[in-house]
Amino acid sequence: MNLNWMAWTLPTAIFFAVIACLLLFFTFLAIKYPETPRRGILMIETTRGDRLFITLLGSAFINAGWLAMSGLPQWWALGICAFYAAAVFRWV
Amino acid sequence: MDKIQNNKAWFLVLPVLVLVAFSAVIPLMTVVNYSVQDTFGNNVFFWEGLGWFQEVLTSKQVHSAFGRQLMFSGLILAIQIPLGILIALSMPKKGFWASVCLVLMALPLLIPWNVVGTIWQILGRADIGLLGYTLDALNINFNYSRNPVHAWIIVVTMDVWHWTSLVALLAYAGLQSIPQAYYQAAKIDQASRWKVFRYIELPKMQGVLLIAILLRFIDSFMIYTEPFVVTGGGPGTATSFLSIDLVKMALGQFDLGPAAAFSIMYFLVILLVSWVFYTVMTNLDKAEGR
Repeated sequence: MNLNWMAWTLPTAIFFAVIACLLLFFTFLAIKYPETPRRGILMIETTRGDRLFITLLGSAFINAGWLAMSGLPQWWALGICAFYAAAVFRWV
Repeated sequence: MDKIQNNKAWFLVLPVLVLVAFSAVIPLMTVVNYSVQDTFGNNVFFWEGLGWFQEVLTSKQVHSAFGRQLMFSGLILAIQIPLGILIALSMPKKGFWASVCLVLMALPLLIPWNVVGTIWQILGRADIGLLGYTLDALNINFNYSRNPVHAWIIVVTMDVWHWTSLVALLAYAGLQSIPQAYYQAAKIDQASRWKVFRYIELPKMQGVLLIAILLRFIDSFMIYTEPFVVTGGGPGTATSFLSIDLVKMALGQFDLGPAAAFSIMYFLVILLVSWVFYTVMTNLDKAEGR
């Protein structure tokens, strides 16, 4: 199968691989350790999967905001995202 | 009897997954790949990093298109939702005329986008269009291809004409599902017409109205064909909304990289809004179910 037309690069491949692994890992968690939804500070019921989605979407915006405004290395935004992810999984 | 725990039915979803992967996920991945590279065609790509994202995120042109897009979506929601509710309230509840109204209301929804655009493009022209000609005869100098305000008026009016029916039909369906007992109770309490609307009809329509707002927001946020046909995004850039700008970038100038970065940001905004609406709707359902 020729995938040249998709114009793959190593960083984007890693990016998608990480997301795919996350999805697989969370699927595994959901099967192995079923959970009940809980209510956090957003006052909505969330499961682990919801929290993962909120984390990923929020991280995208954090990265975009960092790129648009800070002018500092993009890696730092990843650090903020880690804090954000921890906060989402703890309190949302 | 014990419920049998078996998750094998999930495999029935596989065909859909394959289809979605083929039609959405793989193209989206390709767009992400494009967004970090530059190309001059021939499938040869050069690494660009986050440059295009930086360019798009700080571009005045993109910001103003985003502003226009928000204003357009806000305007048509502010007009279509109240108007749709008003129409639904004044439609007959049953009988022959109810059916006639429903069919008439559904008609604009059946017309393709480019045809709607052409209809209004011609209607607004002073030389051959009825609306343009009438306004001209009334000494109103209406020219949507030169005056930005007029261009906005015609684009917004067109969208209201095309899509208010959808809101009205949804609101009508919501109204029809309210049991008669609520109205009888209101009558016994001598509630005014406004109170009936405020405390019975509006809360009961909440669900369908949210769906209407979501549909109309997303549709208007992606609007392309109608303004493209009527004004071509002009005069100047007065009516170039996000998708018009995007197509110009991607196909007009063949700037695949910036256009890909642009589409990803566009996609993220739509994803965020859809998620908010979806969450609000499901939580409302749960609150009602309790």
